[in-house]
Amino acid sequence: MSLPVSSDPGAGAARPSVARRLEEAAGQLAVLVGYEARKLAHDPTELLLRAVQPALWLVVFGSVFSVLHAIPTGSVSYLQFLTPGILAQSVLFIAIFYGIASIRERELGIITKFLVSPAPRTVLVAGRGLSASLRGLSQATVVILLAVGLSVPLSLSLPALLGVVVAIVLGSALFSTLSMIIASLVRTQEKFLGIGQLVTMPLFFASNAIYPLSIMPSWLRPVALANPLTYLVDALRILLLPHASSLFPLGVDLGVLVGVTVLLTFVCAALYPRMAQ
Amino acid sequence: MRSSEAPPGAVVEARGLTREFGSFTAVDQVGFEVTGDQVFGLLGPNGAGKTTTIKMLTTLLRPSRGRARVAGFDLEEAPAEVRRHIGYVPQLISADAQVTGYENLWVSAGLYSIPRARRRERVTEALALLGLGGVADQLVKNYSGGMIRRLEIAQALVHRPSVLFLDEPTVGLDPVAREAVWEQIDRLKRTYGTAIVLTTHYMEEADRLCDRIGILHRGQLVAVGAPAELKAQLGKENATLQEVFVHYAGEEVELGGSYRDAGRTRRVAARLE
Repeated sequence: MSLPVSSDPGAGAARPSVARRLEEAAGQLAVLVGYEARKLAHDPTELLLRAVQPALWLVVFGSVFSVLHAIPTGSVSYLQFLTPGILAQSVLFIAIFYGIASIRERELGIITKFLVSPAPRTVLVAGRGLSASLRGLSQATVVILLAVGLSVPLSLSLPALLGVVVAIVLGSALFSTLSMIIASLVRTQEKFLGIGQLVTMPLFFASNAIYPLSIMPSWLRPVALANPLTYLVDALRILLLPHASSLFPLGVDLGVLVGVTVLLTFVCAALYPRMAQ
Repeated sequence: MRSSEAPPGAVVEARGLTREFGSFTAVDQVGFEVTGDQVFGLLGPNGAGKTTTIKMLTTLLRPSRGRARVAGFDLEEAPAEVRRHIGYVPQLISADAQVTGYENLWVSAGLYSIPRARRRERVTEALALLGLGGVADQLVKNYSGGMIRRLEIAQALVHRPSVLFLDEPTVGLDPVAREAVWEQIDRLKRTYGTAIVLTTHYMEEADRLCDRIGILHRGQLVAVGAPAELKAQLGKENATLQEVFVHYAGEEVELGGSYRDAGRTRRVAARLE
C-alpha cells in the first residue's frame, strides 16, 4: 500500500463536476443506509421491543373503542380507521427517539469522524434520515401483520403497499431529522428524553391518528393541520382504505411530507457541525 | 499568503491561526509548517489549545483569524478538498462498537467515495497495515483499548490521506498498548512517508515519536524545533523534554487543564479499558 506523500498542492484544486458530486452523494447515502442495516442486523433487540407498543394500541385500545362506537369514522370500522393511525404513530415514536443515538455518538467521537469526511453535511443528515426509515419500515411490517391477524380489512395491493413504503420512508426521515435537530440543540440524553416526550404526545394527540379532525374542538383543528403527522396518517389512510374519506388528495399529503423533510434536512445540516464541538 | 513562503513539500502551513470563544482566546496566533515525511507534535497540558488547533486544521472549527493550507488546499476556500485529503483520529472514541472492525472501515471507504470495486481491497489493506486482519469480523465492543485505537488509525488511513491528524493518540492506554500504538505510528512514517500531526501531553511520547515539536502554552506556540535542538538550546547537559517545557512554559505540564478537560480525558480512559 502506497500512501502518497502529498497530492501536489494547488494543482488538484479543480472541483468535481455537479454530475460527479451527485453520483458521490448517492453512493454516500447508500453506504450510510447499508451501515444502519448492518447495525440492526447485529442487534435487533430494539426493533423487537418497539413492536410491543403498536400491538397494545391495536389489540387493546382499538378493540375497546370499536366496541364503544364512540368515534364517528364514516364508512369504515374504527379498527380500520385506527390501523393507519397506529402505523403512523409507531413510525413517529421510533423516529423521534432516533436522535438519542446522535447524542451518544457525539459524546463518543463518532459524529466527528463523519464530519471530517468529504461527505456534505446535507448528505450526512439525509443519510441518517433514510437510515431511520429502516426502523420505521420494520415497525410498519409488524403493524400490518397485526392488522391482518385481527382481520382488519385493508387494501393490500402492490401499488398500495409501495405507496405505504414511500409514505413511511418520508415520515421516518421527517421525524428522525426533527429528532436530530433537537439532539444538536440539547447536549444531554436526559434533556433530550424530556423534550422528546414533550414533543411526541402533542404531535400524536393533535393529529388525526386516533380520531378524525371533525370531532376536534375548533381551536385544535388548525394545530392538527399544521402537524406533519396528520399528513402521514392521511396518506396512509388513502392508500390502505380507498373507500374512507380523506382530508387531502394523496399528492398533497406526500408533497407536504417531502417539503417539510427537505426543510428540516437543511436546518439540521446547518446545526450538525455543532455535534463536533 | 503566498505558498512560495512555505518550505518545499509542506503539507501543513499555518499562519497566525487564532480562535476565540467569547472573550477567551483558546489559540493565539499559532503558525508552523509540517513537511511530508515528518511527525510533528503539539505538546502542551490539557487546555493549552491543542485540540482547538487540530479542530481548525481539520475544518471542524473555523478560525477566528489566520489562515492555513492543509494538503495543498486553503482551509477557508476549499474545506471539502481539505477533508478529502486528511485523516483524523479524534481524542474521543470514533470507532463504532456496535459493528465489526471491517464494517467501521467500510462505511469510511464509502464516505470517501472509494469505488465499490476497490473498497474491499482497501479496507482489508488498511486493517492489515495496523495488524487487525485477524479480528476484522469481530464486533468492536469486544476489542481492547489498544485495538480500538489502531482500528481508528486504520479507518483514518483507508482513503490514503496526505496528512494524518492524531489527537492524543495514546491517552487512556496501558503501557503495553501505548507501545504498540507507538510502533505503528513509527512504522507508518518510516514505510509510507505519511505526514503525521499529533497532540500529546506526554513528554515521553513527544520525545519518542516526533521529528519536530511545537510547545503550546495557553494558546501560544512558545517554541518549535526538533526535540534534540530544543534540549540543546537549554545549554545544559542531558536536558530532558520536561525541562524544555518548564523553561518555555514556566510551569509543569501537569498543571494545566480544567475540570471539563480532566473529565473528558478520564471518560476516554474509562471507555478504552
